[in-house]
Amino acid sequence: MNLKLDQLDQIFVILNNWLLGYLPPVVRPLCSSILAIALILVTFALLFAITTVLERKGLGRIQNRFGPNRVGPCGFLQPIADGIKSLTKEDIVPNPADHVVHFLAPVLLVAAAFMAYAVLPIGRNMILVDMNAGVLYFFAIGSLMELAVFMAGWSSRSKYSLLGAMRAIAQMISYEVPLVLASIVVIMQSGSLSTVSIVNMQATYTGIWPHWFVFTPWGFAGFALFMIAATAESNRSPFDLPEGESEIIAGYYTEYSGFKFALFFLGEYIGMFATSAMAITLFLGGWSAPFSFLTWIPSYFWFFAKLLTIILTFIWVRGTLPRLRMDQLMNLAWEFMLPMTLLNLLTAGVWHFMPAGALRWLICGAMVVVPCILLSRGLKQRKKFQVRKYRFSE
Amino acid sequence: MNVSFILLAIITVVGTAAAMGMRNAVHCVLALTVGLAGVAALYLQLGAQFVGFTQIMVYVGAVAILAVFAIMMTHSPEPAKPPTFSSFWTVGSVVAASVFAVLAWAIHSSSLAAHTLPPQPEVTVQQIGDALMHRFVLPLELMGLLLTAALIGAVVIAMNHREEIK
Repeated sequence: MNLKLDQLDQIFVILNNWLLGYLPPVVRPLCSSILAIALILVTFALLFAITTVLERKGLGRIQNRFGPNRVGPCGFLQPIADGIKSLTKEDIVPNPADHVVHFLAPVLLVAAAFMAYAVLPIGRNMILVDMNAGVLYFFAIGSLMELAVFMAGWSSRSKYSLLGAMRAIAQMISYEVPLVLASIVVIMQSGSLSTVSIVNMQATYTGIWPHWFVFTPWGFAGFALFMIAATAESNRSPFDLPEGESEIIAGYYTEYSGFKFALFFLGEYIGMFATSAMAITLFLGGWSAPFSFLTWIPSYFWFFAKLLTIILTFIWVRGTLPRLRMDQLMNLAWEFMLPMTLLNLLTAGVWHFMPAGALRWLICGAMVVVPCILLSRGLKQRKKFQVRKYRFSE
Repeated sequence: MNVSFILLAIITVVGTAAAMGMRNAVHCVLALTVGLAGVAALYLQLGAQFVGFTQIMVYVGAVAILAVFAIMMTHSPEPAKPPTFSSFWTVGSVVAASVFAVLAWAIHSSSLAAHTLPPQPEVTVQQIGDALMHRFVLPLELMGLLLTAALIGAVVIAMNHREEIK
C-alpha cells in the first residue's frame, strides 16, 4: 500500500525515466529538459485558461451577475472561444510604432514569465533545475519583465501606453524592494538560496503540525508583506493603476490587438502564478502536506491546491477592494512596507538567537504587531482629511 | 572555445556595438541590455551563478531601467536624427586601433600569456556566503549599514518633500 502511494507521488518522475530509457544516452539530458519544459508550458497555460473562467465567474458572483455561461457546460469552455477569437483577430500595429520593439515586447514578457518556473519545485523531486542560487535567479528573471513592459509602452508611440508603462515601472521598482526584503527572512532562517532545500526544511513535522515558515511571527509578517508586494508586482487590483481601464484604457498594452494582446494577459497571469508559487515555496512549505497524517496524498496535489487557494484569494481581493491612487500606492510601498520589512529582518534575527519557548513567541510577536499598529496610526494621523484640490480639473 | 562561448561572445559584441551605433537613444539602451545579458550568460557559462544572476539583476533590472526611465522623462519620441558621426572619425578609429594593438601586443608578450592557468575552482554560492559571513563579515556589515542608511534616508527625504508640495 505504502509503496503504491509512493509510486503515485513520483509518477511523473517514473514516467519520465521510463520514456528516456528508450532513447540513446547521448540525447537523454536534452530530451529530459524538453519534456519537462513542455509539461510546464502546457500545465500552466491550462491553469491560465481555467483561471480566466474562474475569475470572470467569481467576479460575476461578487458583482451580482452571472459571468460567462454560454460556451460549454456552465461556460467553462469560454477560454477556447476566447482563444479562437484572439487568434483570428487582425493584428494591428500603429503606423508610427517602433515595429521591432513592438513585436519583441510580448515575446520577452511571456518568455521571462515562463523562465521563472525553472526553479519552482512543483512536487517532490519535480523541479527543472535545482540551482544553488535559485531564489536569486527568480528575482533576476522577474526584473526582465519590467523591461518588457517598458518596451511595450514606449514602442507603441501612444500617450496612454507611455503613461501606463511609466506607472507600471515606477510601481514594479517600488514594490520589488519590499518583495525581495520580505523573502530575505526565509533565506536568513534556512541559510540557503536553493528552493529545494528551503522546501525540504519546511517539510518536517512536530506532532501533526508542519514547520512552515508562515507559522512564526516573522514568517507570517513576511508572507503578508510578500503577498501585498506580489499583488503590486503583477499589476493586479487594488494595484492595477498601470492598466486602470477607466483612466488610461489598458495602460502599456493599449495599442496591441489580436493574439499579442492575449499574450500580455498570458504573461501577466503566468507571472502572477510564478510569484504565488514562490510565496508557497518560501512560506507555505512548497509541496508539503499541511498535516503529517495527510502526507500520503501526492506532493504535486498540495502544490496546486495551495496555488489555487492563493489565486482564489487574488480574485476575491480584486472583487472587493477599490483601486488605490498613485500617491497612496507609493506611500504604502515606501512609508509602510519598507520599514515593516526592515523590522521583520530584525525580528527574524532575534528569533534565530533566542531559545525556543513562549517568551520567544511573545517578544517576536510584539516586534511585528506593535510597530505595525504604531506605523499605521502614525501615517493615518499625518493625513489631513479635506476636500482634495485637483490641479488640472478645475 | 566551444559553440556556446562563441555564440554568447557574438551576442555580447554585437549588442554592445549596436549600443554605440544606433541613432535612437532607447534602441541604444536596449542593445546595451542585450550586451550586458550576454556578459551575464558568459559568467553563468563559467559556473559563476552568483555573479551571473547579480549581473542580470543589477544591470538589466536596475541600470537599464534607470537609463530608460531617464530617457523617457527627458526625450520626446521623435523620428531618428541624421547620422551622428563626428567629422574626425577616421582619426578616432586610427587612435583606437593603435591603442588596441599596443595593449594586445603588451598582453601577448608578457609573462602572463605564457603562464598556464590553474584548474578552474568550483565556487558555489554556499562558499561565497561562507566567505562573506566569516572572513569578510566586517566589510559586508559596513556595506549593509551604508545601503540601509541610504534607503531610509531616501524615504525620509521623500516624506518631507511631500508635505511641502501640499
